[in-house]
Amino acid sequence: MVSAMEIYQLTPKLNCKKCGLPTCMAFAVALLAREKQIEDCTPLLEPKYEAKLKKLREVMAPVAGATETGLIIHDERCYGCGNCVVACPVNVANDPKGSAIGLGPKSDKVILIVEDGVVKCLNPKECRRFGPNRILCNLCTATCPSKAIEFV
Amino acid sequence: MAVCTGCSLLCDDIEVSIDGRSITRTKNLCRKGFGRYRSLTSDRSVPRVDGRQTSIQEAISRAAEMLRNARRPMLFGWSCSTLEAQRKGIELARRARAIIDDTSSICQGEIVDMIIRRDIPSCTLDDVRNYGDTLIFWGCDPSSSHPRHMSRFSYYPRGEKLQRGHEEDRTAFLIDIRASPTAKILAGNFVQIPPGGDSDLIDAMLAVLDGKIPKVKDKKALISMMNTLKKADMGVIFPGLGLAYSLKGRMDRLKALVDRLNETTRYNVISMVGHYNMRGFNQLLFDETGFINRVSFADGVNHGPMYSVVEASKSCDLAMIVGSDPISSLPAGIAKALARVPMITLDPHRTLTTELSRVVIPTALSGIEAGGSALRMDGVRIEFDAIVKSEYPSDEEVLSRILEEI
Ligand code: SF4
Ligand code: SF4
Ligand code: SF4
Ligand code: SF4
Repeated sequence: MVSAMEIYQLTPKLNCKKCGLPTCMAFAVALLAREKQIEDCTPLLEPKYEAKLKKLREVMAPVAGATETGLIIHDERCYGCGNCVVACPVNVANDPKGSAIGLGPKSDKVILIVEDGVVKCLNPKECRRFGPNRILCNLCTATCPSKAIEFV
Repeated sequence: MAVCTGCSLLCDDIEVSIDGRSITRTKNLCRKGFGRYRSLTSDRSVPRVDGRQTSIQEAISRAAEMLRNARRPMLFGWSCSTLEAQRKGIELARRARAIIDDTSSICQGEIVDMIIRRDIPSCTLDDVRNYGDTLIFWGCDPSSSHPRHMSRFSYYPRGEKLQRGHEEDRTAFLIDIRASPTAKILAGNFVQIPPGGDSDLIDAMLAVLDGKIPKVKDKKALISMMNTLKKADMGVIFPGLGLAYSLKGRMDRLKALVDRLNETTRYNVISMVGHYNMRGFNQLLFDETGFINRVSFADGVNHGPMYSVVEASKSCDLAMIVGSDPISSLPAGIAKALARVPMITLDPHRTLTTELSRVVIPTALSGIEAGGSALRMDGVRIEFDAIVKSEYPSDEEVLSRILEEI
């Protein structure tokens, strides 16, 4: 996964504040958190930064596929084992007769389910990592035997 | 709800949407199970006699004729068939005075044998979910072989007495020779041993239980693990193929450990059976003959290593293979011997074995195209119905027709 440092290396490093942030490093962090868009850094769109822009779009591509909580799913790595489905505390709370006891989800309020052998994210807004009171929950990713899910 | 026959967990909470003969969407199937459902439309076998495509009926008649004329036939496979088909298979073996053996013979037969004979205590997976607070996965990698094992039953789910699941109420250890995917999630409790080191580890574990200093490198880690094991309310050991191979012929070592642990607390053993109904075949044959595998009906009931697939492949004059691919899975030397014997193979799919068989009889994919019942790895009986219509007969039908014609 791309880090804020790598993103920073691809900014113009002008600290010009045109993006609305005090420094390019702050912009890099905001970009990773998806609070800013690449285009918010207007200097970067100038022809002389063309190579950096191209590279930045490349490294940001996988992050763009993430849900609002920053969850990225690598379909090809997923075993469909359901560990994350059963371990997610929100699934457990919302689905006591299904995922809480190891079965396939019986409620439509769950965040994670397995479909056609691969995990899917249904209600990202229910995730503890979402919204103003978010906490750094990682129970789902910690249970994954294949690193098929991760947070950016 | 459908049942998955992708492994011996026989998950029965599968949701499937079907459009005519094809499956459009599934829920809760793991990747492995999804693969089995998807195999419905790939690489199906075709009826063949002596390399020539024929009708299923002709292939069945030819199989019956070959069985009638054989002097020392062997019937092998069975772990991917329903209990109903297995029952017919045992009847056919009696009638043809054949040797009958299943995949447990080259797999976890010794452990299953001890469980079926009640030489070591066992319990159901539902018991594990509700009460199993201390687990040992030994020589297995459930994440790859039984992907939903840890999420449905053993580690992650909440149980009656274990409301907090893995977070606080359960402790799981993994003992293996390699850092498998399961080792990634049990990293802190992963005990890596050298190949064949299982027996030495058991000695060391027994030493700690006897209050002695174990002869291992990391004494502290082992002592701390044994302290946790001793505190179990209900412990469960899940031995896999790795342990079965390593302790081959010395399974009393495992029994010694389990007995010792049971002196102070409760420990059960559930064998990580691979194929969906190996346990079923072992139980059926045991109920009928007193042996779980390696039986000859040539002269009453006889049992022994000479009737194992490994030995019988060299001595039989006809092999009937049901739902198995021994040419791919047996050691090369044995597979070579078997390939020289005329083979009759019942299989839904094309395999190396069907390719080399005199007679190929295509069959329905059980659990999807054919109903029946099977025993889960813990011996619990699970029933299932066909969920799509099929042009292929089930193993049970084919075996019944052969029995009629023989
Ligand atoms: S607009 Fe671009 S160059 Fe200016 S501070 Fe922001 S990131 Fe740096
Ligand atoms: S971060 Fe926590 S709440 Fe969000 S999906 Fe993962 S386990 Fe569930
Ligand atoms: S994302 Fe990981 S834990 Fe979740 S189902 Fe896939 S392999 Fe299992
Ligand atoms: S764990 Fe086994 S039985 Fe369950 S869905 Fe996966 S392959 Fe099928």
